[in-house]
Parts: sequence; structure tokens; C-alpha cells
Amino acid sequence: MSARLMALRGSNNEGVLAAVLVVLIVAMSLVSPSFFTVGTLFAVIRSSIVPVIFALAVLIVIISGGIDVSFAAIAIFAAYTTVKLSGAGGSTASLVVLTLLALGIGAVLGLVNGGLIARFRLPTLIVTLGTQSVFKGALLAYIGSRYIAALPPSMDRAGKHDLVTAHSGGSPVSVSLMVLVPVLLTVFVWWLLRNTMFGRGVYAIGGDTEAARRAGFRVIRSQLLVYVLVGMLAAAGGVVYVILGRNANPQDLVGSELDIIAAVVLGGASIFGGRGSVGGTLLGVLLVQLINNSLLLVGVPTAWQRAAVGLLLVIGVGVQAAAAKRSRKRVFAHEDLEVAR
Amino acid sequence: MSESEAPVLEVSDIVKTFGGVRALAGVSLSLKPGTVHCLAGENGCGKSTLIKIISGVERPDSGRIVVAGTEHDRMTPSGAMDAGIQVIYQDFSLFGNLTAAENIVLTGEVAAHRALYSRRRARPAAERIVRELGIKLDLEEDVERLSVADKQLTAICRALVHDARILIMDEPTTALTRTEVQRLFAVVRQLTERGVALLFVSHKLDEVLQVAQTVTILRNGSHVLTAPAAELDGASIGRYMTGHDIDESRQVVRLPADASAVLEVRDLTLPGAYRDVSFTLHRGEILGLTGLLGSGRSEIAESLFGVLPARSGTITVDGQDCTIRSIDDAVAAGIGYVPEDRLTQGLFMDASIADNIIASSLDAYRRRPSRLLDRRRIAETITSLFGRLRIKAPNVSSPVRSLSGGNAQRVVLAKWLATKPKVLILNGPTVGVDVGSKSEILQILRQEAADGRGVLIVSDDVPELVAVCHRVLVIRQGQVVQELEGDGVDLETIQRTMAA
Repeated sequence: MSARLMALRGSNNEGVLAAVLVVLIVAMSLVSPSFFTVGTLFAVIRSSIVPVIFALAVLIVIISGGIDVSFAAIAIFAAYTTVKLSGAGGSTASLVVLTLLALGIGAVLGLVNGGLIARFRLPTLIVTLGTQSVFKGALLAYIGSRYIAALPPSMDRAGKHDLVTAHSGGSPVSVSLMVLVPVLLTVFVWWLLRNTMFGRGVYAIGGDTEAARRAGFRVIRSQLLVYVLVGMLAAAGGVVYVILGRNANPQDLVGSELDIIAAVVLGGASIFGGRGSVGGTLLGVLLVQLINNSLLLVGVPTAWQRAAVGLLLVIGVGVQAAAAKRSRKRVFAHEDLEVAR
Repeated sequence: MSESEAPVLEVSDIVKTFGGVRALAGVSLSLKPGTVHCLAGENGCGKSTLIKIISGVERPDSGRIVVAGTEHDRMTPSGAMDAGIQVIYQDFSLFGNLTAAENIVLTGEVAAHRALYSRRRARPAAERIVRELGIKLDLEEDVERLSVADKQLTAICRALVHDARILIMDEPTTALTRTEVQRLFAVVRQLTERGVALLFVSHKLDEVLQVAQTVTILRNGSHVLTAPAAELDGASIGRYMTGHDIDESRQVVRLPADASAVLEVRDLTLPGAYRDVSFTLHRGEILGLTGLLGSGRSEIAESLFGVLPARSGTITVDGQDCTIRSIDDAVAAGIGYVPEDRLTQGLFMDASIADNIIASSLDAYRRRPSRLLDRRRIAETITSLFGRLRIKAPNVSSPVRSLSGGNAQRVVLAKWLATKPKVLILNGPTVGVDVGSKSEILQILRQEAADGRGVLIVSDDVPELVAVCHRVLVIRQGQVVQELEGDGVDLETIQRTMAA
């Protein structure tokens, strides 16, 4: 493959993903005339706000060589607890205070994950699968199981501001101001992974934990930080979710993890650790949201949407496994070419 | 390089025990700037433990480590790096997912306790070191796509960018071709000119003697000798390493001219591993298959045993065409295999010697028509093999875990001999086995061949191949590049062809 083509393809197949997105958009525009509209664009953006935040969290943990399936449980735990503790509709707390409270809760729950994983060297999937149930159970048992319809006024107000409004097909459509949260967090995580020693350490640990230890990285501390960070990002996602939904329901979010993990893996993050980019992750989230949206538009039942996302995940992982197998065979590549001739 | 110069590293009277086993019994070593020092010894002599102690990975029970005049009684990995000690491990400890440039600078940035990382700062630092060493290296390529030699250069650059004063290299030449070794030595000479002290850990002495000024030899955790390289040669080093003259003379019985073929391999190919491999193994013959690490030698053996089935080509055992797609196919065809890593692949460590010996052949001991095991015949087989292979253990019910490397290897051998294979394939039959055991194992192999089996030895231990093999095939980059026979089987020819 020529160098220019390689560059277009991107280090984690971002180019391929972008091409798939374009093809999907063109195809859907041909199939359904109502697809290529501002309304659809805004709908996809709106539906991506919370997933992008979660995906950034999952991206960091996947690069570090782990996985976290408890982020949705942390998100709703942090957001619901914040709403409930602040006195719901009767609260006078400012948005800043509420957000800090939620982030604090997220950090503590993340620390539980990180502590178990880094201290006892347990498999990350099993730990977070366990804590997911523990967090959700504790939420329902100790904090509350009832739907809260009235948010604290400061949160409620935040959800009412729109960043952009437009008219599409005669009806007004808009994107909430909350879209700025994932935008800012995206820039933050991009900078963190690229330009801090912590970020490079996450790549190093995901690439080879033992080598990272020998190189002097403080592996346990970095892993703890990764899970604390994931907890905080999840909490931020939870708060935004509650604000956008204008209510707090403790039964929400848990169960939607697969969409996020599929998006991150499709975005080129390697399930083996050490690889992944913020750009690819954004494309991955957009692809999953667009597919969900498109399936709805062409009248595919919701049940099949779950299957479609599952299939995407399997394809994403399959492509990675195949690529890993190919790269292992590169040892005698030039001689093998001769054989092929 | 003056004699009077003060040593940059001095370790003295290092003692280290692991759960009652003494790994190092008072070892001392001193390293002068601008020189190459070779640390030699057999597997398990304590070389690796000593490096780990110097680099702070392990803590000695007693002894002193003095780096450039400063005594360190609690050396830690980061403390060692701060003192200018860098270790290049056999696996290089590089990050395959990061570029060469980042690999080169990252460790230094960690040591400098930086919070932020800048590509703009990293690139020139990496470029500077590459330019100073006068080497070619694609700095923007991910390390996992580099060749072994380039990975090693990356690791060397990484050590230097952090101003290493002492560079320890663990078996630096094992996976390199001959030209790559020469290129490495050119770099090593550059390093000594910069005043870096190098410690080479190796058992490939002929190569190391080219660049080393001093040699220290360890045996069973004890210091045997430190002497200028000029006063030593391969034979004397071998004697110091093992403590006695090793009988590695060639003892090969002539094959009868009409010996029939027991294994015929034609055009065996597995893309990415080896291709067009053809050879014939005769009844009573010992055939050697050698090549560098990664040359494809192990993959060929694994294909014949069905672990890694070949893509194309034919395999004929005893005149019958066989399709070997799995281990079961290979066993059914009459092929036995002693793997390279017997601890994980060849033995049930907690089971008894007896159970291990019989593990692969139980099916043959079922009585008809009841299909129950014939305990008496099993016991007979076990006792006979236990004696035949001279396994040193109190009795057959001792667990394999309690055995030494040489005895564990005999149990694996016994297990496959119990299946009465027509073809016995051994991958690194004497790796990690002490010298006395080694010559006994080789004698057993000669005996098995004489009994009419075909024996295929896959190994990079050239002296051992010369000692037992009728013929030797040399594999390079996945192809048989030379076949040596009779008097043509000699140490230098094989080594030259392997690493050409």
C-alpha cells in the first residue's frame, strides 16, 4: 500500500471508518428522502451527546489494556444520588456544586474499581461486571428506587438553553447547550492522551505492562487514576443525561454499555490495549448512532437494532483479530510475496 | 581505556538465595568505563540473578553495589537508572504500539518526572542519538513493525538518550544474523569510545570474545574466574563454565546403506513461517534441524506434530501418506514430540513420574473386551522406562515438580517413548539441562535411533548437533539453505550458514 493511502487510512483505520460513514449517509439519502435534513443531523448530534462522554471514558480504559462495563452504573449512581441528596426540586444548590458532588461520587466509585484491579491484579472485565451490579444494587437499596420528576432548578434551567435552532420540514429543531460538554471533554481527553506523561503512560501500560514497569512508570498509580478518571467522566455523562432528560430515573442507562463499547472498538481502539484515538472514537460513536437512527427510519424493529450493534462489535473485534494475526506473519513478508508469485 | 581508570561499577560478595536454593554465593564483578565485559556461564548459573540485582529488580541478601564511588545498599529500578545503569533485556522491553522515537525518549522523560509530553521535543532528542551512533533507524515507524535488529538498536538508543554509563545487554546476539551481529559490534565500539561500560551476558562465546576485553565466568552461583579475553578461548571458557572437559566429540554410528525412510517431507510450506521444506529421515538416523531464533525451525517441528498445521506439502510416515491437521493425527501416524518449553507444554507438574510417563499412551493399555486399563502392563512399561532413561528420583510416584531440569526432560522423553513412536521429534532437547545430564540424554537419543526410530532434533545448540547428528539441515528465513552430511557436519560450517 502506498504511503499516501496509508496516511489516509489512519493509524487506527479512522479513514476506513470515515469512508463507511460517508457511504452510509449517501445510501440512506438515496433510500429515504427525509434522511438528508438538518433534522436528522441534529437528532444524531443530540443522541450522541451522552454516548460521546461515555465513549471517551471507555477509550481511556481500553487503551490501558482493560475494560470497564460499570461506567453506566456509576453514571446513574452519581447523577441520581446528586439529585436526591440535594433535595431534588426543592434544591437551591448551584449547578457547579451539584456537578462537583457528582464528579466526587464518580471518582470514589472509580477508585473502588481501580483499587480492586490494580491492587489485586484481577481481570478488569470480571471486577467491573461485579461492581456494576453492586453499584446498581446499592443505588436501588440505599439511595432510592423512585423516579424523580423534578430536578434541582439549577439543573433544570441548564437543560432549557439551546445552542442552535433551525427549521427543518416546517418544525423547529435544536441542539442543547449541553453539547458543549462532550466537545470540551473531547478536547481535554485528546490533550491528556497525547501531551501528558500520564496519557503516554496509559498507552505504554496497554502496550506492555511489564515493560512499562521496567521503564519506571508507576503502573499501579496510573491504573488507579485511569479508573478514577473513568468514574468522573461517567459521572459527568450521567449528569448531562439527567439534565437532557429532565428527570432522574435510577433504572436508566445500565444496559446501554454495549453501544458505547462497540463504538469505541469500531473506532479503532484495540481490545488488546495500547491502541486507540479520540478521533476514531468520535467516528465510532457517530457510526453507531447513525445506524440506530437509520434503522429506525427505514422501519427496522428496535429489537433488531440491538442485534445490529452486537454485530458491529463482533465485526470490529474480528477485524482487529485478523489484523493482529497478519502483523504476526510479517516476519518474512518479502519472501512470502515471492511464494505468492 | 587505561588500566588505572577507576571502575564505574563494583559489586562485591553478592549473596542471594531463593527459598533455600543459593542462586549467588558471593559473586564480585568490577566494570571499567569504556570497556566490554562479558559475563558467561551455563543456564541457571546465576547470570540473570546478578543482572537483576545490579539493576535493582532483585535485592541481594548481602553484598555491596558501588556505582561510580557511591554505595547503594537498597538499589531500586529507578535508582539504578538514575545512577546511569541501563539494562537491555532479551525481549528489549519496548512498546510495540509506540513509534521508535517515542520509545527512545519515553523512559528518560519518566525518569525526569515530567508531567507533559511533547512530540516536538522528543523527535530531535531521538534524532540526535541516532545520528551520533551513525545508524539508520526509521523513527516514525511503530516498533512492532521493526526487525529484531532494529528493535535492539531502538533499545540501545533509549539507553543512551538517558546518558547511560553502564549498559547491560542480556544475550544480545541470540536472534541476529551474522551481518547484524557485526553491525551491533560496530555500535558497541562506538559506545566504548564514548566511555560507556558494557556488560554482555552471553553463552555464545565465540562472538563475544570478538568485542570483550574481560570475561567473568560463573558456575552454580559462584565466581569461577575473571580474566582478560585475550587469554581465553572457546574451549577453556567451556571448561570453566562446566567445571570439566566436556565430551562433545562426534559419536555417530554409520547408517546401513539400505536404511529405509521413516519420514519423508516434501515441499512443506506455511506462509509467514517457512516454505518449500523437503527432507527425508531414515530409520536409525538422527537428523538435526537448526537455525537462528525466529528462522522457522520450531514452526517446522510444530507442523510435523500438528500444533501448527502446514498450508501445503506432503508428509509420509513409514511409506504412508499422512494428513497432519492436529496433534491427534500426528500421534496416530506415529510421531512423538518433546516440546521446547516442557514445563508448560510437556508435563503435568504435580502428577507423579509414573502418571506422566503413561499419559500419552494409556489407550494402548486397555484390555479387550472390557476396555478397562491393564494396570500390570502399565506398571511394567513405567518401570522399564524409568530404568532405561535413568531418571534420578526416589521412586516412580514422586511428583515431577520435585525433579531437576535434566530429570524432568527424561520424563518427557519417557512419555513419548512409551507411545513407541516411529519418529521422535525433540525441540531443544537439552535446554536448561546441566552438562552431565546433557551427555546422558544425547546417549539415550543415540540408543533410541539405534533401535530403529527416526530422531529429529531441533536445536540451536550447535555442538550438541555435531555430537549426535548424522545429518544437519540449516534453516534460514524459513528455508532449508544447506544440508550437511557425514564429516561435513562441523561446528564452524553450521554457525557460519545459520547466521549468514
